[in-house]
Amino acid sequence: MAIKVKVPTIMRKHAGGNASVDAAAATLSALLDDLEANYPGITKNIRSEDGGLHRFINIYVNDEDVRYLGSLDAEIKEGDVISILPAVAGGC
Amino acid sequence: MRYGSLLDAIGDTPLVGLPGSSSKPGVRIWAKLEGNNPTGSTKDRIAKQMVEAAEADGSLTHDKIILEPTSGNTGISLAMVSRIKGYRLTVVLPENASEERTQLLELFGAEIIYSPAEKGTNGSIEVANKMAAAEDTYFMPFQYGNQNNPLAHYEGTGAEIVKDLPEVTHFVAGLGTGGTLMGCSKRLREHNADVKIIAAEPELGELVYGLRSLEEGFIPPIFDPEILDRKFLVGSSDALRATRELTEMEGVFAGISSGAVVHAARRIAAELDTGDIVCLLADGGWKYLSTRAWAPEIAEAEKGVSESLWW
Repeated sequence: MAIKVKVPTIMRKHAGGNASVDAAAATLSALLDDLEANYPGITKNIRSEDGGLHRFINIYVNDEDVRYLGSLDAEIKEGDVISILPAVAGGC
Repeated sequence: MRYGSLLDAIGDTPLVGLPGSSSKPGVRIWAKLEGNNPTGSTKDRIAKQMVEAAEADGSLTHDKIILEPTSGNTGISLAMVSRIKGYRLTVVLPENASEERTQLLELFGAEIIYSPAEKGTNGSIEVANKMAAAEDTYFMPFQYGNQNNPLAHYEGTGAEIVKDLPEVTHFVAGLGTGGTLMGCSKRLREHNADVKIIAAEPELGELVYGLRSLEEGFIPPIFDPEILDRKFLVGSSDALRATRELTEMEGVFAGISSGAVVHAARRIAAELDTGDIVCLLADGGWKYLSTRAWAPEIAEAEKGVSESLWW
């Protein structure tokens, strides 16, 4: 299954400098494992110590925040686009 | 309507139907026009609330200078409130904020300190925090951490929606400080616990994310992500298109974050058979004219918007 993962700048060094990589998985958790297997170190800061998602990292599936789609259990399918972004302040 | 002071004219903004924005008869999309506030944005509400609360508890006195990190709207609102109440104001603004924001701040008498564009709003917060720590003459309302921010939306924005549209099923707003989402969700759910709360979050430029290490991550202290039902990331291109469509199809002239909110609302509408979706349109389009957002050629508009601070 080809799933495109957009990699944030700070993690690109683990992905050979690429802004996006392909992955294969049926859930977000499996996708992170797949990424780590192919690009060691890339998921180091994504998971928190308790195994959940780090609170300063946002992950989107087709531009929707996975926290509201089941988080690590969120289902992923072929053709989905995953974006990983650090939490930043919106303007006001 | 008659008011003793401009400050009393803040709020009570119109809720208008957007008949062209939903393709299903059972799903109605509504826009709350916060651009109708005195300085043209929803931030008038929080500026008044934060300043008056600080006056009431004694933390703000006339020997102090009000200091605030802002991408523009909150600064402009604070500048208006400061003018009326006689306070000095310094704002910290990212240097790529549109020229209209600088002009408005200056004409209201605010002092501006610029923070690096590539650091975005995080950068302005950093600079303001340093300044406030170094000098006690500053009083910083700090919209990202001040409970009077969501309180203004709880008492004002949210209450107005309940009064005007008791049948509301979904509320969509932009995520900046989180104040609108927190305050309105609380008020709306007191009225109907099943109301769904949806956030539209801006996808900013590469540079803003680029410098970010995880330790520099920022979640506004007033914001609790658990209150949301859904959150959508909206890029400048999608926000821009929706903003232009608002003008073309509905005659509504709104800022670019409003387009992002309507874009997210349409994704929700597509999943529903029935519903009343309220979109919070935070400001009017005036401050974005210099970005060429309404240029006849979309490519020119996209370039202008992507390089600016559109949120």
